[in-house]
Amino acid sequence: MVVDSLLYTEYVDNVAPRAISVRSVEEAVVQLLRDCVRRLPPDYLAALREAEAREPSPLGRRVLRMLLDNAELAERVGVATCQDTGIPVLFVEVGQDVHFVDGSLPEALEEAVREAYRDLRKSVVRDPLLRENTGDNTPPVVHYEIVPGDRVRIATLVKGFGAEMTSVVRMLPATAGEAEVKRFVVEVVQRAGPNACPPVIVGVGLGSSFEGVALLAKKALLRPLGTPNPKPHLAKLEGELLEAVNATGVGPQGLGGVCTALAVHVESSPTHIAALPVAVNLNCSAPRRGEVVL
Amino acid sequence: MREWRLRTPLREEDVVNLRAGDWVALSGVVYGARDAAHQRLVETLRRGEPLPIPLAGQAIYYVGPAPAQEGWAVGPAGPTTSGRMDPFTVPLLERGLKATIGKGTRSREVKEALVRCRAVYLAAVGGAAALLARHIVRGRAVAYEDLGTEAIWELEFADFPAVVVNDAHGGDLYATSPPAYARP
Repeated sequence: MVVDSLLYTEYVDNVAPRAISVRSVEEAVVQLLRDCVRRLPPDYLAALREAEAREPSPLGRRVLRMLLDNAELAERVGVATCQDTGIPVLFVEVGQDVHFVDGSLPEALEEAVREAYRDLRKSVVRDPLLRENTGDNTPPVVHYEIVPGDRVRIATLVKGFGAEMTSVVRMLPATAGEAEVKRFVVEVVQRAGPNACPPVIVGVGLGSSFEGVALLAKKALLRPLGTPNPKPHLAKLEGELLEAVNATGVGPQGLGGVCTALAVHVESSPTHIAALPVAVNLNCSAPRRGEVVL
Repeated sequence: MREWRLRTPLREEDVVNLRAGDWVALSGVVYGARDAAHQRLVETLRRGEPLPIPLAGQAIYYVGPAPAQEGWAVGPAGPTTSGRMDPFTVPLLERGLKATIGKGTRSREVKEALVRCRAVYLAAVGGAAALLARHIVRGRAVAYEDLGTEAIWELEFADFPAVVVNDAHGGDLYATSPPAYARP
């Protein structure tokens, strides 16, 4: 008890919590969402232009040109790049020295979605079986994480459900190895075919637990294109998976071609001695993503 | 690549000329409908009641447009995944529907019905929603308005770009084109 109270005193003395108003969080998230539904990331557009240059399929090239023209039009006129603005997903990293003031953080995030999605399609139903539309695209899916420091980082993926619905989790056995992982990833992309709106970005989660591996696969989609995993064996796996996925011939919109995926991102985490959990979360040809730090 | 300019209502000769891999620039009235509207259309048919939209020679676009911004007829309006409409499509084709437009693969039952009923399945480019909305010059909800986003829309297309995936002769672009680009 004595030790506990000493530690507590020391903590309070050294690090005063940083107060952040949930109103400023709300404002920042409104701006973040408004921007990212209208403007596709520059790294994605660069990869799309590069794909157009190397795609041998005439149908594929025409599709890639339309996607580039669409991105340009949406940004210039200020409209959504895709009518499917998903169920908004927010990743909120909260520094442990942050103290939120002026109200409830979850409510502020919900209000931000309501405001940013006011002129977008209403795509969220309250109950998966009763299917009554919530009418304002709330509630978002929010993943909270406590991290060191006094900052708040909020990242978002605005993800159409065509691609979301092709995503799969599989609990492979411990000894399945890399070859089985590759077979699984290629199978998911191939089976998704045109439904996932290729060219896709392939998010792969490896390890963790059943729910953890799905989150890893989704978080892999937050990484900008052209930034391989810092671990050499995973960077190598990403390269090999990209090649394997593009060897399927699925191509842009599944009409045939060599540009099925523009990137494969792998995120991994420690796992149990019994298992090699794998998850694949595909992102579509309108991969809307962004982040803000407060 | 062959390209055709077509206008709805579609005649049988319009449809039988099309081959998988052709591009179509489609104009005229096209009905927009997705999951909930399809379910309701087919329930209506089962009860033997009249449908709220005509089917003979018509086309259905699988879409739920975003709200229109100033100066646009509809908001961004890309295709949704067609496979979810498979269980409801055959009875509509049997009543004269000549084209469905969406993205993604169709069931064997739908593909067989396309041949039997002389109809086509076209794919629009998923993710090009703003661009596609520019080819829709008029839009209003005409039935099942209580479904909101999922109501049936009457859309007027102007040279709306789509590619023939399944033709009326059994041609299937999704099945035949990718293997040509596959590497072992």
